[in-house]
Amino acid sequence: MEGVKVLDFTWVIAGPLITKCLADYGATVIRVESMVRPCFLRVSGPFKDRVVGPDNTTYFAYFNPNKYSASLNLKKPVGLRTARKLADWADIIIENYVPGKLAKLGLDYETVRKTNPDIIMLSTSGQGQTGPMAGIPMTGMILVALTGFMFYSGWPGEESTQPFGPVNDFITPSFGLPAILAALRHRKLTGQGQSIDLSQLEAGIQFLAPGILDYTANKRQIGNVGNSSSDAAPHGVYPCADNRWCAIAVFSDNEWEAFCTTMGHSEMAGNPMFSTFPCRKRNEDELNEMVGQWTIKHTPEHIMQSLQRAGVQAGVVQNSRDVCEDPQLKARNHFWSMKHPVIGDSISFGEPAILSETPAQPLRPAPCLGEHTEFVASEFLNMSEQELVELLSDES
Amino acid sequence: MNSLLDGITVLDLTDEKGFLCGRILAEMGADVIKVEKPGGDASRKTGPFYHDEPDPEKSLTWFAYNLNKRGITLDIASNDGWAIFLKLIERADIVIESFPAGYMQQIGLDYIVLKAINPRIIMTSITPFGQTGPYKDYVASDIVVQAMSGYLYLCGDPDHPPMRISIPQAYLHASGEAAIATMMALYNRENSGEGQYVDVSAQQSMVRNTVNAVPLWLTYGEILERSGAFRVGLGRNLRARQTWACKDGFVNFLFVGGILAAVAGSSGLTDWLEEEGVSTDYSGSLKDFDISKFTQEEWEQMEAPVAKLFLKYTKKELFDEGNRRRVSICPVHSPEEVVDYPQLEARGFWAEVNHKELGTSIKYPGSCIRSTDMPAPELRRAPLIGEHNMEIYHDELGLSAQEITRLQKLNVI
Repeated sequence: MEGVKVLDFTWVIAGPLITKCLADYGATVIRVESMVRPCFLRVSGPFKDRVVGPDNTTYFAYFNPNKYSASLNLKKPVGLRTARKLADWADIIIENYVPGKLAKLGLDYETVRKTNPDIIMLSTSGQGQTGPMAGIPMTGMILVALTGFMFYSGWPGEESTQPFGPVNDFITPSFGLPAILAALRHRKLTGQGQSIDLSQLEAGIQFLAPGILDYTANKRQIGNVGNSSSDAAPHGVYPCADNRWCAIAVFSDNEWEAFCTTMGHSEMAGNPMFSTFPCRKRNEDELNEMVGQWTIKHTPEHIMQSLQRAGVQAGVVQNSRDVCEDPQLKARNHFWSMKHPVIGDSISFGEPAILSETPAQPLRPAPCLGEHTEFVASEFLNMSEQELVELLSDES
Repeated sequence: MNSLLDGITVLDLTDEKGFLCGRILAEMGADVIKVEKPGGDASRKTGPFYHDEPDPEKSLTWFAYNLNKRGITLDIASNDGWAIFLKLIERADIVIESFPAGYMQQIGLDYIVLKAINPRIIMTSITPFGQTGPYKDYVASDIVVQAMSGYLYLCGDPDHPPMRISIPQAYLHASGEAAIATMMALYNRENSGEGQYVDVSAQQSMVRNTVNAVPLWLTYGEILERSGAFRVGLGRNLRARQTWACKDGFVNFLFVGGILAAVAGSSGLTDWLEEEGVSTDYSGSLKDFDISKFTQEEWEQMEAPVAKLFLKYTKKELFDEGNRRRVSICPVHSPEEVVDYPQLEARGFWAEVNHKELGTSIKYPGSCIRSTDMPAPELRRAPLIGEHNMEIYHDELGLSAQEITRLQKLNVI
């Protein structure tokens, strides 16, 4: 994406993940920030040496490599003027403000396209740009509840619980990035830009579509099933030695046979209580109990490896340390390490897909806040010395 | 041009591990042709089913993620099927597949072969762990990928084993990543004139969903644990409630304030608590809020009156009143409540899709990519088994009716 210019007005996770991907593939991404209203990640830990500060957070650094940072206070005329110049410079603008905010700043699509007619803009707010609830400020966690993810997270007979993290934030790029890339290609072919409205709520619902259809077609709502599956048994997370866990999923009767052999109880495969999937499903409690009695005697690595050798789906429930040491992720160079002026070895992650000809690359670590303000203004905008002094002396 | 990907042809060989990738491309107007084994793909056996009838033409999972695709049957592993597939490749832009690593090579359809036929072809492979590395041949369904990514460990509450979201998520993330990378390759093709090979790992697609768990381990040597209804990792060892009982269910609410309050602060709550006569000494601190200064005991004292307040009202009352006071309280929605949520209706999100064969229409979540100039195509139900065989083999590839009959007899199509 070398030469593609991206102006990034986003914050927290969904938007920054989108611009991270573009930057990972070589686009020039300028993140507009300000300590007046810092990104949640700039003020969230962990922090290098436990010193709280916008440049010390390894959380921000994890999600924002390969970008430039321009510190602009949009409440000050010089900051706003500079942002508008950047809007004219850009090929793509990505923002996740509460709808209407950019219009107030004169940075909305209609205004920008007057001076930058083929601009591509992606707006990705919680609930979209239109509709009665559009103006409600949203955080990732409450979107998870609104989308319906909590309904599908719970044990039978208990309250629903919260799946981890702002789930919608990780879904939004799956729609936002293909849309931007298609728009960019379209512009290349036709010279036309466009504006795209992507509601994070609507994106999230796509990931629950089978459950939604079960309701609209069958008038049925099945939540709180724990780890059980309508297609597999045993299916779930089983206790292993040292208070660790292994996930196991047995779908077919052949897999069940292989499972029993691996367990050292090949005679169990023919046991009428468990021999077919409907039997296993009917006697699921006893089945899970029996599987657990086997797994608890072993490490999850042993369970995974021996079941995988037999062609049965199994995997260690890895914690963050396991993930950092995972040989597969290492072999795929999943984690990126870059030298950061404050953090030292700054860790981020590569794109989950490897392109044979134009792979994503770690070019530079996440920027310190405002690290590139001067560079951006002088290199990309050809600002006069006088303007530059004004910009940099401004409390931005 | 009417839609973003007009004129782009995609051959979709995937099972449920890759459905969504082709669906996203179809949402943008690409002609996505689902290629199934004669008799239908095994993934059609994935539930839930329409009216609980386990019929390959009634899988709701198949319905949900194969909208706007056309469908043909073809045994690509047979000699005749192989040759026909290469004919399709000549005219295609993109191939998506989710077979085990190495399978396409085994049947003589790896990227090198396809590229020799059509240098502009983009081939995207979706597997649990990618095409390389020590786990490349491991088999993994949703829960196994979630486990290996580090995400599952963080889900659920401390009193129970880790627990997944019961609608499979891992391969939706992988498919989303596949759509991104495929589009990246398509964009690059406009510069280079050549396609490329895209290798997607489902495991890698979910690692980042662990938010700051990896930075926490690498920076502090702390392993983030699952905490269910509570949020951890914000203050020092603080467990902050985020799921609260109310009069008719649950709402989601998290105290934020001070420098973290950029999105939605909690200060509006102070006045509300006062008006309700339930404020305590700690309620005032919401206005000048620094999460890092709280002890767990103080935090719980701050939470107590809020818990009382929420119990007095319904989800809807709390949502509306919260919005009026700019306090982010959000109902925990069931599917029914999602479908009835006025915002989605107002945006025309839902689409009634006609299923002629079932004698009915079904309400679907609509497209979420909304462009000012290039609207998403109207939703068309997923293809039946071999529905477009004649259209594609006869009308488009020019195979004779006689040849098609021969191939059907051989069980090639």
